[in-house]
Amino acid sequence: MLKIENLHAEVERKAILKGLNLKVKPGEIHAIMGPNGAGKSTLASVIAGKEDYEVTQGIIELDGEDISELDPDERAHAGIFLSFQYPVEIPGVTVTNFIKTAINESRKAQGLDEMSAKDMLKKIRQKSSLLEIDRKFLSRSLNEGFSGGEKKRNEIFQMAMLEPKLAILDETDSGLDIDALRVVANGVNTLKSSNNAIIVITHYQRLLDHIIPDFVHVLHDGKIVKTGDASLAHELEAKGYDWIKEKIIS
Amino acid sequence: MDLKEKIVSSYVAFEDGVNMNSDVHEIRSKAFQNFEKLGFPSKKIEAWKYTSLNAVLREDYCLFPNKKKTVTLPQVKDHFIHDIDTYKVVFVDGKYSSFLSETTHDNFDVCLMSSALAKPKYKPIIENYFNKVAKQDHLTSLNTAFVKEGAYIHIPRNTEVEKPIQIINFTTGTEDAIMTQPRNLIVVEQNAYVQIIERHQSLTQNAALTNVVTEIFADRYATVDYYKIQNDHTSASLVDNTFIEQQSESTVAVHTFSFGGKVTRNNLNFYQMGKHINSTLKGITIIEGKQHVDHHTLVHHTAPNCESHQDYKGIFNERAVGVFNGKVVVEKDAQKTNAYQQNNNVLVSDRSTINAKPQLEIFADDVKCSHGCTTGQLDEQALFYMQQRGIPKKEARALLMYAFANTVLESVKIPEVKERITKLIAMKLSVRIGFDL
Repeated sequence: MLKIENLHAEVERKAILKGLNLKVKPGEIHAIMGPNGAGKSTLASVIAGKEDYEVTQGIIELDGEDISELDPDERAHAGIFLSFQYPVEIPGVTVTNFIKTAINESRKAQGLDEMSAKDMLKKIRQKSSLLEIDRKFLSRSLNEGFSGGEKKRNEIFQMAMLEPKLAILDETDSGLDIDALRVVANGVNTLKSSNNAIIVITHYQRLLDHIIPDFVHVLHDGKIVKTGDASLAHELEAKGYDWIKEKIIS
Repeated sequence: MDLKEKIVSSYVAFEDGVNMNSDVHEIRSKAFQNFEKLGFPSKKIEAWKYTSLNAVLREDYCLFPNKKKTVTLPQVKDHFIHDIDTYKVVFVDGKYSSFLSETTHDNFDVCLMSSALAKPKYKPIIENYFNKVAKQDHLTSLNTAFVKEGAYIHIPRNTEVEKPIQIINFTTGTEDAIMTQPRNLIVVEQNAYVQIIERHQSLTQNAALTNVVTEIFADRYATVDYYKIQNDHTSASLVDNTFIEQQSESTVAVHTFSFGGKVTRNNLNFYQMGKHINSTLKGITIIEGKQHVDHHTLVHHTAPNCESHQDYKGIFNERAVGVFNGKVVVEKDAQKTNAYQQNNNVLVSDRSTINAKPQLEIFADDVKCSHGCTTGQLDEQALFYMQQRGIPKKEARALLMYAFANTVLESVKIPEVKERITKLIAMKLSVRIGFDL
């Protein structure tokens, strides 16, 4: 589904990704772990197509199509979803109307008619109950004054509504208490199918107790330096990232 | 011959067409002398520091068009709020169009200034209210000197006008350039209620200059809900001078939507003359190209326990220039005043400009006065976030701008006006999204 080869990217002329390789197949969950500053969030932004990030070398393909020249909205239409580490507050736009606009813009791009109000409402009801979201919450301005947990839950709610092929969850566990973590993880697991794939970017192993990865990659200095199964996350948790750094040096 | 000379030398001809032996004409003559002395305002005057009329005054305007142009309904239908039943006072090139209008004398008067000035039965109202609150500045004097036509609205006490009233001035472009000076008088007596929509619209790209004066009197417990829709061609300029006098417990709200025109200057003045008065001044400005919109507001608090709310949002693209000068005066006796002023601007392009100046003069010591003024750009991270969810950049920008301006729309009480404004905003931002926020 996703193929990244020899990816180099820079921000403001500073190289962050330095030859990264990653292959994700449908039905897989990949975890990307690593110390602060390793390039985890940069990788997420580069896949999503953020303007300030310049790809200097390498390829990014989704289902065999090069997406590296596409705008972020075109990548979203192709099926990429990024759950933001810091979701942006948009005063004056309600959660419901934002998601309506997002869905209908995607449908427009695919040459489909707008979703009927009835279907939209039904879908919103169904997906919001999955994430235990209160109806009042849906008429609030997007992310404005939301708690950390509400913001993350809202991200996964949007993911549920948009049904992406590839979802990238960037530090979705940060700012979540145990209950919210359980709700979010449960939502993600319910959305998971053999047709879609998930990349979980996290600093800690605790989210991976709930969303069990098929592969764990360790990102260090802009490259994936080690790949293993779920047990690698536990090993990292026990030994810390210095262990990896030392291993690389030796 | 410059425009001032042309106007001055045309006065004798103008006098031929009006009744010179009237009190009104005495007022006209005085105003004429005043204009002769003052002329047009220049940028040297503080109140006109950021708005130059030079380019506007350079046109060779026809002052008294003779050619009668007929306008058909389909030509102008789009400029009305036509999906609701309304009273209409419509002028074409400064002349009343009975064909397009729908006036009334049942219970209340929605009719013409020309007949109100001429007929004895209106005399008491004219004597009491005409030119009583209008300032004697350059352009108001000019308007007063040539007073002849406009809308005359008189709502007696305890009358609730169920249909909104539309005052619309069309210029047809029959002349290469035309100057019109409508004069409106609106008297709303005790506990009466009225909604008014005002619009000035040219039908071609020919130059037009409108210098309009509107006087509004809201007696005790009266409510006036007023909307100004300004979306004219880039060849048309407008100086809108509105003067509002409010008595105790009255409520007046003016919403100004400025989406077009060459130079638009709004002089909006509220004079509170009693206690427990509520005044609302709100506006959305969205302009581009070389358009220029200037909002000069004044709220004069003279008595205790009154409120004023100002909320102006501006979005400026390309080389557009905006001005906001909001003056609030709180007199010594106006204790417990609650005056709120908000002015927020987004500069979409590097070359657009906003000159914002809040001005508070407070002489009372127990008051709540707040003002906030911001100027910024669209949030890039918010744009990326919205794009990531599949909303293309243009639509994302439009949605952000609409959300930014939306606080002004929330208080629009006529749903069809709100819908029209929403459509105009979508058109201005060239997107086809619903904004049903």
